[in-house]
Amino acid sequence: MTELSALPVLELVGPSPRALLHRRLWGHKGLVISVALLTLIVLIALLAPVLAPYDPYAQDLGRRLIPPLWYQKGTWVHVLGTDNLGRDYLSRVLYGARISLLIGASVMAISGLIGTTLGLAAGYFGGRVDTLVMFTTTVRLAMPLILVALAVVATVGGSLWVVVLVLGLLKWDRFAVVMRAATQQVRGLEYVAAAECVGASTLRIILGEILPNVLPHLIVVATIEAASAILLEAALSFLGLGVQPPLPSWGLMIAEGKVYMFFSFWLIAIPGTALAVLVLAINMLGDGIRDVAAPGGGRA
Amino acid sequence: MLGFTLKRLGLAVLVAVAVSAAAFLLLRASGDVATALAGEGARAGDIENIRRIYGLDRPLVVQYLDWIGKMAHGDFGQSLYFKTDVLALVRDKLPTTALLALFSLLFALAISIPLGIVAALHPNSWIDRACLALAVLGQALPNFFFALILILVFAVMLPVLPVSGSETWANFVLPSVALGYYVAPPFMRLARAGMIEVLASDYIRTARAKGLSGASIVLKHALVNALVPIVALAAVQLGFLLGGSVVIETVFALDGLGYLAYQSISHLDLPVTQAIVTLLSFIYVGLTLGADLVNAWLDPRIRVG
Repeated sequence: MTELSALPVLELVGPSPRALLHRRLWGHKGLVISVALLTLIVLIALLAPVLAPYDPYAQDLGRRLIPPLWYQKGTWVHVLGTDNLGRDYLSRVLYGARISLLIGASVMAISGLIGTTLGLAAGYFGGRVDTLVMFTTTVRLAMPLILVALAVVATVGGSLWVVVLVLGLLKWDRFAVVMRAATQQVRGLEYVAAAECVGASTLRIILGEILPNVLPHLIVVATIEAASAILLEAALSFLGLGVQPPLPSWGLMIAEGKVYMFFSFWLIAIPGTALAVLVLAINMLGDGIRDVAAPGGGRA
Repeated sequence: MLGFTLKRLGLAVLVAVAVSAAAFLLLRASGDVATALAGEGARAGDIENIRRIYGLDRPLVVQYLDWIGKMAHGDFGQSLYFKTDVLALVRDKLPTTALLALFSLLFALAISIPLGIVAALHPNSWIDRACLALAVLGQALPNFFFALILILVFAVMLPVLPVSGSETWANFVLPSVALGYYVAPPFMRLARAGMIEVLASDYIRTARAKGLSGASIVLKHALVNALVPIVALAAVQLGFLLGGSVVIETVFALDGLGYLAYQSISHLDLPVTQAIVTLLSFIYVGLTLGADLVNAWLDPRIRVG
């Protein structure tokens, strides 16, 4: 009976901000699905050594190109079959999640740090700082990203960390553009003026007042960039100028399976689907956050 | 308009100079040209000789000025791998890539604008959701993977289109679809958002009040205004398509600039790589300049502001 007496009061006050946020988050179907998918993929990446039935690098030339379970000749021994060197495909795909997630997260962190710093500075200070940042961004945008990345990785020598560094140092443009625009919107508001009147330091205003208020924009750009970095790494590795064998990068697995794709379609279909699902989940997460963070936004 | 044009032109030249310098430094800093020139198994003395003969021992600034000066006179140097004139090589391959980029853009526009309009006319209907799903999928599918699937389908199941080579017009169909599908989603989102905004405006209500038919309103009155932002995006995407051609041309063995770039990058053929990167940057700068001017001409508010 206590619930009954509490009810009218609740209706007057309305749900608490926290309850409202929960309702928004759980009410967005795309967001819930994407979070569930991403959690699953992160768990797979973390638990790959436990989940993988075989060593992803162990070759067995006597067991080459065994088809997956759903083919007539498929077996439970190799659920997703084996590749041209007889390596267990399930184990390789599971370990491959680590590479894609690592690339997405590291590139996002490096480019996010550079781009956000530039964008915040340009938006807050304006004037010459703004001109300089915008000019640098325009110059960066004029460079054909994938060609420059390919050329630099090729000359330095392809490896996971070279790919991360090159993409991280090149892909900050969207962060800079979006953070600049968002900062310009917030810059003129009263609470920033109030903080300036109180005598807060510039750094404190930028980090304490502006950054938290442009955070939704930052998160949305971060998801876009993580997804794009994963696709770019896959493309570089597919062309043989990214992550090097025998690492199980999904892009590299597609390249290795390409020769056999007419008779062993699963060799490209499995890593290709894995890439698409991961990128789809990250993009849906970004779209969902944008919807939920928009004023009055709930469902799509 | 003249003042605005001159200002934009000046900025474009500055960007072009800066981007050529940045690309030069980036490529020079990441590897040693002399070692690449000398080839594998070269002795230290040989490498030093090459360094002196090619002027690679001079300061980078001097090398850059020398390179850009020669380029201005049409001297792009010699290819290390193909052993021919770089300019002739690039001039030979550019039309193929320009055609591919153009066809891809046309394909992207041809699917995205009708779908965007249909989605805007029935917002939140199942058609709208289906279009959105198509767009989301287009952005998630790696384009080289999509290209391989196209090859499989058209080589095995529907052998009506060539899946490799660049001899005939038919060779361009699959590469254009693979490349165009990837850039279609942004156009679709823009067309949908633009149409929804325009359809809600006062002059569309007036047109409806005058008794004009639905088709006439959509095509004659609304579409023209919704197209303005698409022009700017098209210029940027065309630049992106030229760069993105490296993956698709390699998959389909389409003999254009992208495939040439891939070959020269894999063989560390720096003069060719440098020339292609610089050329594509300049084309991008020119395209965005053109889009800026077209937009300013279409919308006077831009050139005043």
